[in-house]
Amino acid sequence: MYRTFFPRDIFSELDRLQRQLMSFDGSPSIRGLGNGSFPALNVGGTPSSVEIYAFAPGIDPASLDVSLDRGVLSISGERRSSLPGREEKITVHIDERFAGRFRRVVSLPEDIDADTMSAAYNDGVLHVSVKRRASAQPRRIAIQ
Amino acid sequence: MNDKTLPSTATKSDEAREATLMPPVDVVEDSAGITLYADLPGVSREALHVRVEDDTLFIEGDLALKIPEGMESNHAEVGLSRYRRVFTLSKELDADKVSAELKQGVLKLRIPKAEHAQPKRIQVSVG
Repeated sequence: MYRTFFPRDIFSELDRLQRQLMSFDGSPSIRGLGNGSFPALNVGGTPSSVEIYAFAPGIDPASLDVSLDRGVLSISGERRSSLPGREEKITVHIDERFAGRFRRVVSLPEDIDADTMSAAYNDGVLHVSVKRRASAQPRRIAIQ
Repeated sequence: MNDKTLPSTATKSDEAREATLMPPVDVVEDSAGITLYADLPGVSREALHVRVEDDTLFIEGDLALKIPEGMESNHAEVGLSRYRRVFTLSKELDADKVSAELKQGVLKLRIPKAEHAQPKRIQVSVG
């Protein structure tokens, strides 16, 4: 359904496969492994926030839809093809870039505060940041 | 002992073997030249390097994200921070007139054909 977004060179691909085999514990996520989907996602966390990076270059930020529903973040939108129509006298030699509608979902941890979600789009990367609830943050308890 | 000397003797071919992300591209050709689009999300204008050496086109860029302090990665589909892709240009392309434009992580390169390679209409005279 999706084409591979970032194929790697063969040596790093073998390395990645080896690492994937080492870490595979037999139960993939219900939403799939997500390899080769558009946009590619990186997810990270700090003690006070959850950070999501979507690698979605060349999109009008107004057409990006970011929503959070019951702890599930969904990013959807459309990327138009840069290839000209058929009637023009051109030859397409390589056609690898993703075009069309896309949608990706990530389930976020339970301790996030949905009201603090912020999103920014820079250099083709959508960065969504959600704060964790203050009560869920690690606290140091003073001993009396 | 031996591996200590490796970094200093790193050659061009070692550099080429470094693990990099391969940006997907579209390449289209019309009568006046070639247009190349490459997806390089996270690369700023300063971190992008496009160069032509002899008849080889190099596209290289470093990915920079705004990462808060102390962030730990939970899931990464983009696990490297360098893009690299190399193409061989053909003779009729004019490497001196390459123009590049980077917009929202998409690089658009225009490589015109040399004047002598542009199509010419030949008038057929009826004798």
